[in-house]
Amino acid sequence: MKKYDLNLTISSSPHAHSSNTTRRIMLDVCIALLPALIAAIWFFGWRSLTLTLVSVLGCVVSEWAYRKLMKKDSTVGDLSAVVTGILIAFVCPVTLPFWTILIADVFAIVLVKQLFGGIGMNIVNPALAARAFLFSWPSLMSGNWVKAGTAVSAFSTPANLDGLTAATPMASLAAQTLPAESLLDLLLGKVGGSLGEVSAAALLLGGAYLVLRRVISLRIPLAYLLTVAALTVLFPQGGNDRLTWMLCQLLSGGLMLGAIFMATDYVTSPITHGGQIVYGIGCGVLTVAFRYFGSYPEGVTFAILIMNCCIGFFDKIGVPKRFGAVREKKKKGGEAA
Amino acid sequence: MARSFFGGVHPKGYKELSSEAPIYPLHPKTVSIAMSQHIGRPCTPLVKVGDRVTIGQKIGDGQGLCVPVHASVSGTVVAVEMRPTPSGTNGMCVVIENDFRDILCPDLKKHESINELTAEELVAIIHEAGITGMGGAGFPTDVKLSSGLGKVDTVIVNGAECEPYITADDRLMRERPERILGGLRVIRKILQPERIAIGIEKNKPKAIEAVRAAADRDVEVLALRVRYPQGAEKQLIQAVTGRCVPPGGLPAAVGCAVFNVATCAAVYDAVYRGMPLVKRVLTVTGRAVTRPSNFSAPIGTLYADLIEAAGGFSCEPYKIFCGGPMMGIAQHTLDCGTIKGNNAVTCYSRKDNHEVDHPHCIRCGKCLDACPMHLMPLQLHKAREKSDLEALEKGNVMDCIECGSCAYGCPAGIPLVQSFRTAKKMLRDAKAKEGKK
Repeated sequence: MKKYDLNLTISSSPHAHSSNTTRRIMLDVCIALLPALIAAIWFFGWRSLTLTLVSVLGCVVSEWAYRKLMKKDSTVGDLSAVVTGILIAFVCPVTLPFWTILIADVFAIVLVKQLFGGIGMNIVNPALAARAFLFSWPSLMSGNWVKAGTAVSAFSTPANLDGLTAATPMASLAAQTLPAESLLDLLLGKVGGSLGEVSAAALLLGGAYLVLRRVISLRIPLAYLLTVAALTVLFPQGGNDRLTWMLCQLLSGGLMLGAIFMATDYVTSPITHGGQIVYGIGCGVLTVAFRYFGSYPEGVTFAILIMNCCIGFFDKIGVPKRFGAVREKKKKGGEAA
Repeated sequence: MARSFFGGVHPKGYKELSSEAPIYPLHPKTVSIAMSQHIGRPCTPLVKVGDRVTIGQKIGDGQGLCVPVHASVSGTVVAVEMRPTPSGTNGMCVVIENDFRDILCPDLKKHESINELTAEELVAIIHEAGITGMGGAGFPTDVKLSSGLGKVDTVIVNGAECEPYITADDRLMRERPERILGGLRVIRKILQPERIAIGIEKNKPKAIEAVRAAADRDVEVLALRVRYPQGAEKQLIQAVTGRCVPPGGLPAAVGCAVFNVATCAAVYDAVYRGMPLVKRVLTVTGRAVTRPSNFSAPIGTLYADLIEAAGGFSCEPYKIFCGGPMMGIAQHTLDCGTIKGNNAVTCYSRKDNHEVDHPHCIRCGKCLDACPMHLMPLQLHKAREKSDLEALEKGNVMDCIECGSCAYGCPAGIPLVQSFRTAKKMLRDAKAKEGKK
């Protein structure tokens, strides 16, 4: 006596799901990176945009081609390759040749991400690993810093840029002197440097968006930045004013991009709250150590990469206490007594 | 005082679909009453095909952890056989054809007052009335009461109804608060607690008002934060008293006993009206039914009849659950009858369902923040994938209450709860094997 002839789907509960998806998270990160991209176009011209787009294309195509070749399901739709593409462009000078960034894209997506199993499985942050890899071309990576305000046209080649190059604030700090630019210029990004790193204000704006959207928590960025601030204010170099030195350190180089967008990468950061704070502090300590004692002026890349490798350890810090377990222990103690 | 618990999520409620539909009594033509409606041993049928039965007549009973089952309509037994039940498997059921004469069983005994009755006598009445926890788990209420004797200082009545879509408790509190409080008086007489609190989520202001108006002065009516799983027993205790039930322990271990509002109303019916648990309020809802409704339906009412009473399907149903979307059990047929713990039938259309193609964990940690039991779902899931029993045990997977908060918020859409059910079974099987050796 069947009233209804139905074809019902059976599955395990829960049957409800939040609107949160990996794609939505990645889209939020892309949105949060927009202010920094706009700042880059403002300060370095349209080549910032073309370089970013080429990098995104490089990453997406590498991911698609690798998954296709290996006969795996396509994961391009989750937009994580887009984020990696943008981040790789952001850590490069605007003058980087297109072919170089494409090599970096393939390196990041295929070697760092897919060979370890794809999204969620990589050990280190693909964009940062790509940057470390790009240091194989030191002249391209750190010899061609253009001055802010130099409008590099969309498809110009780096050879045309002689005479426009400038020392970056990071180079000054490495030489234990304060940068020539004012603190306001450092904050806004009117300085030489990697195209997405220069504007601390734009990056902070993006970070605020991510926090409001609950994509990231404040734990890692705050622990990271506060550690750098504390160490630099305690140990200023070259007899400079502590506070100015500290602010210059915070606003220069890749620190903001690193603390807000790189160190908070879910896959390569700890999941426990305690672990995240310790991880942030570790990133801060290593960054200052590399900046003070390393041969490269910048230390963010290597600091985060090293910390990435230790998250298995950090995940064991601050594991949530078992529900109701404290009471049980007390009871047992009571019984023993 | 903080009326809150750790973790949880905030799923969209969809309660407006049925919250304004008054409780409507149903008189189905047939009922299929399962012999196993509670945690514990199933009942043995006491009737055979052809027997005439009356409302409230005992048709199944058993020994040990077991409460009797009663006929919910008067009429003729037409089958005693294995039939589908809402648990998803087939079980022994007594099928009764309704004669619509509503003859009451002559053995039913009313009590005008509880003053002369002892706690033991009251517990016995509740046992004979076949009352089980009506919030979902179906733990025999008499066992909860007798095991709590002398240990419980706080009685909490659960009117949280945190599960989306369901409005049965909301309607019950609004329309029949005096029964809930009448039942609570019986429970108070049995357990003699120092404190009695009724917890209701803030999104049910009319229910809070109605219960407040009907409550005795010393009964606290608490407006709880709207957060799933506020109505989970351990979380409710945490929110109301700040106490945490120890792992593997019962609420009595921290001096608490929790009763669902519908259970309280059933206790009232059993004691003051002499009526065993033969009907309950349940919500038939979801966007796939034409008129989402709240029914007072005899136990054993067929799902097909419930859907019919709610105006049939408005579109092709995709999933139908016994319960709400967070913890409900997906059904494969509408031939099963309702059980005592069945507070809703939710019907999803295809649009309501959420599917993810590539469930790759991105380690976002949302599950960790959502888990009200302080577990690390993503670590447990990885351990389960590797069949790492030691890691599962160490990660306390057995503490999981299967509330679904982790899977609800997972951006990758990983079926975490399913994974943990498997993990628990793996652990139980391993333990059983060890025991045999």
